[in-house]
Amino acid sequence: MYSILTPLVDCYPKGLNPQHSGRCFFLSCSLQGSPRSVPPVRYIGKVLRRNRIRPKMGMEKEPQKPQQVSYTVEQLVAVNPYNPDILPDLENYVNEQVASQTYSLDANLCLLRLYQFEPERLSTQIVARILVKALMAMPAPDFSLCLFLIPERVQMEQPFKTLIVLSHYLETGGFRQFWDEAAKSRHIVEAVPGFEQAIQAYAVHVLSLTYQKVPRSVLAEAINIEGLALDKFLEQQVVNYGWVLEMGQGGGQIIALPKTEFNHPELKKNSGDAVPLDHITRIFPILS
Amino acid sequence: MAANYEYEEASGHYDDQAAALRQQEVGYDPNFVPDSVKSFVVHLYRHIREKNVYEIHQMYETSFQTLSERLFKDTPWPSVDAVAHYVDNDHVFCLLYREMWFRHLYARLSPTLKQRIDSWDNYCSLFQVVLHGVVNMQLPNQWLWDMVDEFVYQFQSFCQYRAKMKNKTEQEIALLRQFDQAWNVYGVLNFLQALVEKSAIIQILEQEKQGLEQFTATDGYDYSGGSNVLKVLGYFSMIGLLRVHCLLGDYHTGLKCLQPIDISQQGVYTSVIGSHIATIYHYGFASLMLRRYVDGIREFNKILLYIYKTKQYHQKSPQYEQILKKNEQMYALLAICLSFCPQMKLVDEAVNAQLREKYGEKMGKLQRYDDEGYGDKLSRRQRYADEAFGIYDELFSYACPKFITPSAPSFDEPLVNYNQDAYRLQLKLFLSEVRQQELLVGARTFLKVYSTISLGKLANYLDVDESTLRMTLMTYKHKTHAVDSDGKIISNADVDFYIDDDMIRVVNSKPVKRYGDFFLRQIVKLEGVINDVDRIKVESAN
Repeated sequence: MYSILTPLVDCYPKGLNPQHSGRCFFLSCSLQGSPRSVPPVRYIGKVLRRNRIRPKMGMEKEPQKPQQVSYTVEQLVAVNPYNPDILPDLENYVNEQVASQTYSLDANLCLLRLYQFEPERLSTQIVARILVKALMAMPAPDFSLCLFLIPERVQMEQPFKTLIVLSHYLETGGFRQFWDEAAKSRHIVEAVPGFEQAIQAYAVHVLSLTYQKVPRSVLAEAINIEGLALDKFLEQQVVNYGWVLEMGQGGGQIIALPKTEFNHPELKKNSGDAVPLDHITRIFPILS
Repeated sequence: MAANYEYEEASGHYDDQAAALRQQEVGYDPNFVPDSVKSFVVHLYRHIREKNVYEIHQMYETSFQTLSERLFKDTPWPSVDAVAHYVDNDHVFCLLYREMWFRHLYARLSPTLKQRIDSWDNYCSLFQVVLHGVVNMQLPNQWLWDMVDEFVYQFQSFCQYRAKMKNKTEQEIALLRQFDQAWNVYGVLNFLQALVEKSAIIQILEQEKQGLEQFTATDGYDYSGGSNVLKVLGYFSMIGLLRVHCLLGDYHTGLKCLQPIDISQQGVYTSVIGSHIATIYHYGFASLMLRRYVDGIREFNKILLYIYKTKQYHQKSPQYEQILKKNEQMYALLAICLSFCPQMKLVDEAVNAQLREKYGEKMGKLQRYDDEGYGDKLSRRQRYADEAFGIYDELFSYACPKFITPSAPSFDEPLVNYNQDAYRLQLKLFLSEVRQQELLVGARTFLKVYSTISLGKLANYLDVDESTLRMTLMTYKHKTHAVDSDGKIISNADVDFYIDDDMIRVVNSKPVKRYGDFFLRQIVKLEGVINDVDRIKVESAN
């Protein structure tokens, strides 16, 4: 009667004999694995720049093709997000981001995740660099995203305590305190090129969300530039970004920041009634 | 012919009583198979072979629960060896049976370490078959969801268990060392990822958008003779990944894993209530932690409304209790989101009424800045702020996922419990966010009632100096403007204002009505009506 029915599986994986009773199979191939030999089903036979990534984790190795294709770290993270073997590459990549003033949140989160899985491999120096880069990515919430993954006992140590304080000042608009604190911790932040400019850009971002016209002193405090240097900075902004310098009622200089929908709410209404194209496509058949 | 195979639940009732009695007397005998169980496995096996999804679903959802309730209230089901010969020793069926066997064990009893390890091995074998074999079964979505859901649950449960190191016996520690691959976090993530990739589900969903493939329309089932198992497991694994990443505190990556599923629309994830809730709960929680409050509010509102309207249909479902629990938790999360971002206009009337009933008082306290209560002004405000802080702590602890520490303990150091570490870290970081936004409550209170106010005057009202006020207002702007996944700035602000030198100007933002969408929907509707009218043939009277 049953023989005419199809079996539940047409084709079994290699080495799995359907005649085996279940229990036999469980014991024969699951419980006696060497470390990292059991679960993952991912094959890594790729060459990354100079480093060969060995396929440690697959149960069945695919024959390694001598590929000479090199993968960028970004691609590697996309293809192998849960592979401990890429940890050294990700660490090198953090240093590369620092040197070349680039940034990849995904790669850095991937590294923090691997540290979370194997805390004994954590390098405080690398984590500190990731966090400085995350501060530079403000207003994006990257710094908290990283903290969520870093064990509390690590966060209690230096330089992390200082970095957390710095982040707190930036999150709460305390630019004066931020620059004071940063000045005391030059060794941490100056190791990463572009730090000052990135924070200044964030300060200008928050100011332009908040102000149509900002007093010169408030701007000076937020970006930590004063006197002649500030005049020079303003000059550039006027030319490149349309800032306008005015005289305030009290005689001080005030700066009109470029209009955005956030400091000129009336600009927002236009975008409110926009209809995305894929909604319009719903009525194409009717219109035709 | 099919009628002969109909599985009659009532037939075994008399035997069941005898069997239940026997179990009470002799205790659990893994080799004893009551007739009703025999009949159950034989029929289930046959329905699976015949790809009768409807019957499989009935037996899986109803009969299995009924039998468990009747015979296996506090003992496991008969061992797989004892039932195997009723089902041709079919390897895959035995894996499926064991999967249910362990699920029942986890739900009703507390699994031993050995059982946890065996269950892991069973999932490994099952997923290996799905990944590397050519499975031709058609299983109900409910079951496939339960597999992924249970897989992640057992992983989480294992991590919690392992982290309680203090009371472990030497034997348990030896087992943990020996089987250090069981429920290993890399293994869990790689299985889910492998299911997503091997099923090519992301490409299928992509092709569906272009009309080249059907997946959602058939609820993932394959009506042309193929199997739905790999595809749908892959689909649910994306939700499994979201959940695992939330348990690890990696909200950004979690949301990324969910991206292929468009949650603004119905989909296969809504075809099973458990998956629908798990998706939105974790999506909403991750949005909250990323400060995308509006996203969180919108989705919580939608699903809470849905649960409110459909709750009664799930009363008999084995998931009912779970549904109610998640329902309560999501109201708590909604209360948090709305306190950070008071935009009641996003919340439906029915949901709002429920919310008021459950958390009205607490939400009032979260947004309370000052009133005519006792004590001097400043200490009163401080007291209210502290009280709000306590409520945030309470709501978060009640509604958050069960965070886990994924790494194994170091067995050589003194054994300490670390099962609370992950939760404490997430709570601490959440509460530091609360502290950062503490001053915004006061600022909101006044901005809502003024259209123009000078910085000096508002600073005076808030009892702070002008530079602190400037900081507070910048904090308000920063915290209410989130960065979305494309890096665009999105305003979540409930009160719009800008500063002009030293004057604050508040802008009355009228709710933007989406006429465009409304007209589009009406156009489609009208077209439908016209088509219907056209189809009516009018008999001419002459």
